Amino acid sequence: METRLRPRQNPTFDYVRSPDQSAAASAHHLVVIVGAGPVGLSMAIDLAQHGVRSVVLDDDDTVSVGSRAICYAKRTLEIWNRLGVAAPMVDKGVTWKVGRVRFGERLVYSFDLLPEEGHRMPAFVNLQQYHMEEMLVARATELDGIDLRWKNAVTGFDQTPDRAALTIDTPDEPYTLLADTVIAADGARSSLRALMGLDFEGRVFYDQFLICDIIMTADFPSERWFWFDPPFNRGQSALLHKQADNVWRLDFQIGREADPELETRTDRLVPRIRAMLGDDVAFDIEWASVYTFKCRRLDQFRHGRVLFMGDAAHQVSPFGARGANSGVQDADNLAWKLALVTKDLAPDGLLDSYDDERGRAAHENLMNSTRSTDFITPKSPISRLFRDAVLDLAEHYPFARPLVNSGRLSLPTRYDGSPLNTPDAHVFACGPAPGAPAIDAPLANGTWLLEQLGGQFVVLYFGSSDQAPPVMVVSRVPVSIVAVDPESQTAARYDGQPGTAYLIRPDQHIAGRWRAFDIKKVETAVGRAIGLEP
Amino acid sequence: MTENLNLDPNLDRPDDFYEALLNTHYGLSEDKSRDLNARLILILANHIGDMDVLKQALNAAVPPPGESSGA
Repeated sequence: METRLRPRQNPTFDYVRSPDQSAAASAHHLVVIVGAGPVGLSMAIDLAQHGVRSVVLDDDDTVSVGSRAICYAKRTLEIWNRLGVAAPMVDKGVTWKVGRVRFGERLVYSFDLLPEEGHRMPAFVNLQQYHMEEMLVARATELDGIDLRWKNAVTGFDQTPDRAALTIDTPDEPYTLLADTVIAADGARSSLRALMGLDFEGRVFYDQFLICDIIMTADFPSERWFWFDPPFNRGQSALLHKQADNVWRLDFQIGREADPELETRTDRLVPRIRAMLGDDVAFDIEWASVYTFKCRRLDQFRHGRVLFMGDAAHQVSPFGARGANSGVQDADNLAWKLALVTKDLAPDGLLDSYDDERGRAAHENLMNSTRSTDFITPKSPISRLFRDAVLDLAEHYPFARPLVNSGRLSLPTRYDGSPLNTPDAHVFACGPAPGAPAIDAPLANGTWLLEQLGGQFVVLYFGSSDQAPPVMVVSRVPVSIVAVDPESQTAARYDGQPGTAYLIRPDQHIAGRWRAFDIKKVETAVGRAIGLEP
Repeated sequence: MTENLNLDPNLDRPDDFYEALLNTHYGLSEDKSRDLNARLILILANHIGDMDVLKQALNAAVPPPGESSGA
């Protein structure tokens, strides 16, 4: 049972010289996206589906090295489904819903995410980031209008009120591009953020974590196992989580003083892993790395012609799977807005609502990931005392279980109070309120509600299709109609009494809802949702 | 009729409470934290009032034999 190092061979993508590099004058594009990671690629795909071309620049020529982000939440999968890329991820990935929390030698708590039946997407799917990125690259490549340029590193930036200018290093000579809008999706060490001299402040955490992917065929269940103070890693935490291809994620807290170089050596890793999994488990090591993290954000996500998203805009701890998930939701929020502005169908001010809505999400994600971090790595004796008391009590008493915090797993942010919302004028017993994401449900024809909504403005009307309002165009923006039976499961989820209408945005968040369809009210609400109305 | 101690989840916002609890202790010495905990127990006991419930709470807080608090 000799353990081998089996590093994964990543695919590489060819650098292709663009005609822009030989142009006499700098080429001018509507949208340039910096960063071909999960967030930049999701943005490019979403824009392409809205008919907006983009150039995507990446300083590398491959996908993620190591599994990195592994855990994708239902809302993110729903977005990727709209982008035509969820199916291979769900097929390849590992669907899970049970988590177990251990304290010392004891199992103190198990949870079941108890996904409600009747949703197209599962609660969570685990998949290595390199697979996920490769699937996004494949989708981006099959769509028209995405000009993906590998080995293009941004080294210079300036902007006027009308356009941004980027200087780009390539394997050939450097060149310059002009853009109406630049999307900074270039990660936690964003080069654009540095070139623009923007502050990126927040809390720095000094605890080190050893992350390791192993390949094993052991018969562990597809569950998330978290240990506080396990016998094999005293005084620290540990995590075991399954990924695709029999790859398992191990994560060990190793304290502030540990030497990262030493801890990632095979002769140290193997006994550590054997202590965790037992001596009779055969495994190989695919990847190991030591990380620390910071919880921080940009104060503003929009800086003139540049919009920041994903880790370039906000960085969280890994506990709670809020990094990649929130980044993809950033793209979901901005793509339709930028598409309308680019087509001159909405005012430029609509882009400011991206900062407002996703700023709330960043606040929520930072708060949750910081709280999880404080629970997992107590910073004072009293904090450890309460943490251990909660874990002890959780074994015996249900009341303590909601206090156990091994990561509050990502839920979609509701844009409560957004200026794009039309507040409720009627009482609804349930259903997504203005600002909340639409809830999926199976439809009578065997399809799914969220798939029917697609990526444009929709009126979801509860009533027969012959009573439903006609397709509309509000200030040149098309609004389609989806009519649903008031006796259906969808109606139960939306309090969809006959005549009820929901106006749903292209990102499938609710813009407004009424007990009766009134074209004037819907027109006003569409206007507000595209930034035309106060 | 004797009221039963509620050991099911009852906090509206458990994470908010936990953060507020630790923030109240933030920066205190271990002695000062211990004093704060004692005062907090007395304040909460007074709010509960019912001696039967308090007795059940005292019993619930005693670790089962063989289980030490903390690992």
